[in-house]
Amino acid sequence: MNKVFGYPESLTEVPFTYCPGCHHGIAHRLVAEVLDEFGVRENTIGVCPVGCSVFAYLFFNVDMISAAHGRAPATATGIKRVRPDSVVFAYQGDGDLASIGTAEIVHAANRGENITVIFINNAIYGMTGGQMAPTTLVGQVTQTSPYGRDPKTMGYPLRMAEMLSTLKGATYISRVALNKPANIIRAKKSIKKAFQVQLDKKGFSLVEVLSTCPTNWGLSPIEASKWLEENMIPYFPLGEFRTPEEVA
Amino acid sequence: MGEKILMKGNEAIGEAAIRAGCKYYFGYPITPQSELTAYMAKKLLKMENAAFVQAESEIAAINMVYGAASTGVRTMTSSSSPGISLKQEGISYIAGAKIPCVVVNMQRGGPGLGSIQPAQGDYFQAIKGGGHGDYHLIVLAPDSVQELVDLTMDAFDLADKYRNPAMILGDGLLGQMMEAVEFKEHPKINLPDKSGWALTGCKGREHRYIVSFDLDPDVLEKWNIKIFEKYKKLKEKEVRYEAINVENADLIIVAYGIVARIAKTVIQNAKKEGLNVGLIRPITLFPFPEEIISKTAETVKKFLTVEMSMGQMVEDVRLAVNGKAKVNFYGRVGGVIPSPVEILEEAKKYI
Repeated sequence: MNKVFGYPESLTEVPFTYCPGCHHGIAHRLVAEVLDEFGVRENTIGVCPVGCSVFAYLFFNVDMISAAHGRAPATATGIKRVRPDSVVFAYQGDGDLASIGTAEIVHAANRGENITVIFINNAIYGMTGGQMAPTTLVGQVTQTSPYGRDPKTMGYPLRMAEMLSTLKGATYISRVALNKPANIIRAKKSIKKAFQVQLDKKGFSLVEVLSTCPTNWGLSPIEASKWLEENMIPYFPLGEFRTPEEVA
Repeated sequence: MGEKILMKGNEAIGEAAIRAGCKYYFGYPITPQSELTAYMAKKLLKMENAAFVQAESEIAAINMVYGAASTGVRTMTSSSSPGISLKQEGISYIAGAKIPCVVVNMQRGGPGLGSIQPAQGDYFQAIKGGGHGDYHLIVLAPDSVQELVDLTMDAFDLADKYRNPAMILGDGLLGQMMEAVEFKEHPKINLPDKSGWALTGCKGREHRYIVSFDLDPDVLEKWNIKIFEKYKKLKEKEVRYEAINVENADLIIVAYGIVARIAKTVIQNAKKEGLNVGLIRPITLFPFPEEIISKTAETVKKFLTVEMSMGQMVEDVRLAVNGKAKVNFYGRVGGVIPSPVEILEEAKKYI
């Protein structure tokens, strides 16, 4: 019998620990497929964050290191500076990258570190049980914004892709979503482009991935994908914000 | 005898690190250690297969060290007291993940922003843990520019041997002063191979990962116990100290680093006055030289611990003495350096 579908080689067969309807699993798979397609699995070192994807080191079939909360771009910098010919990626959530780790991501991008960052934005802290994230939408109810996010005291959701694309050191910055097949196909193309930038030694690349958190949003997986479409995409528009062509 | 060169303490550490094979440095400027960061920039930016990064913060610098060290190379960061506080999170991760690296702390006055003058107020932080969780650093305390060189080289060996971060605990005075130093040959003997754990890409082997994390309490407990087996071995094999004139002394001064250097003058001055003062100088602060202190306390009944702190190492001296002798304390803080005259006056009170 012919095998028609299976795990990418860059994923282990350890079952994901993610909730039903969460998009982390799709994001992992897309990254793994891209690593497979470039044939770089055995020369890749990944950096996983603190948050729901803390166990990514069990799921990616590549060498991995677990970084402190927010520090993945610094840890990735250390690895890449020693091994400039290895493929180095960091995988971070929104609390990790856009709150506690804003300094690290801004400066890694500004230095033009030749690394790829996959940034999962689901507008909430998942692992700790649904607290307000820097990307939580205005009015969105979370554990720590129980009456809705009030921008007067809690600020506005950070648009990281747009912010980072203002930096001269950044080469490729995009935002994608995983809420429907057409978006998943576009997301994979974008992730592939990001890794291509690194393989070409053109500098810093980041893909912001809009994702669901059905558990902490209190929605079913299908409702969550719809909520993402109707609420997140209008505030966090999809597209490429910086490309190698612009930089060149 | 090799050639002697006149060098500033901070720069001597940098040269020693490079000669020990450290070609990856990540740092952030802070007085009184900035010459070390500048020295590494000057040397490493011109070197092949080397990296110098001025990080955006102390936090980023130590996490860059974590990443670089995880690939198996020798790497270092350095700072002074407030900056070392910022590094504690990363140091805890590195100790938890069992990764070797060297951290230099050229201490200055504290707490808070403190001052930029020399102090020894970070003893507790360096020796008792500093960051969260159960771990220790290997801590070496030089008392001259020559020892900054020698102990920096040794720190890399000890870190590699025990897969644990090692700290050079100096102070602003040692970092700023100039002395003639010699860079002796430093052969790498009996150092473990890192290929069993370093992240190099998984070509020809199973993928591996470096973490300081496990949600299974039994597994994490075993991990902690394993880490502490190293510390037991360190205590058995790596204790270093200098003992001067301890036999038949009227009083023993216990001091480390630059204060011990001053105490050596105190001993000579005391002799002129017919007083027999001895010195125990811990060179390794962790592992702490408990045995020599304990043994000495059986015959000498008066101890004076002198520190540039309000009394930190003195607690470990008292634990080692364990009630067998009276342990007194004299400290100057805020960047004030105790003079030989005032230490001798203090010693006389107890003789």
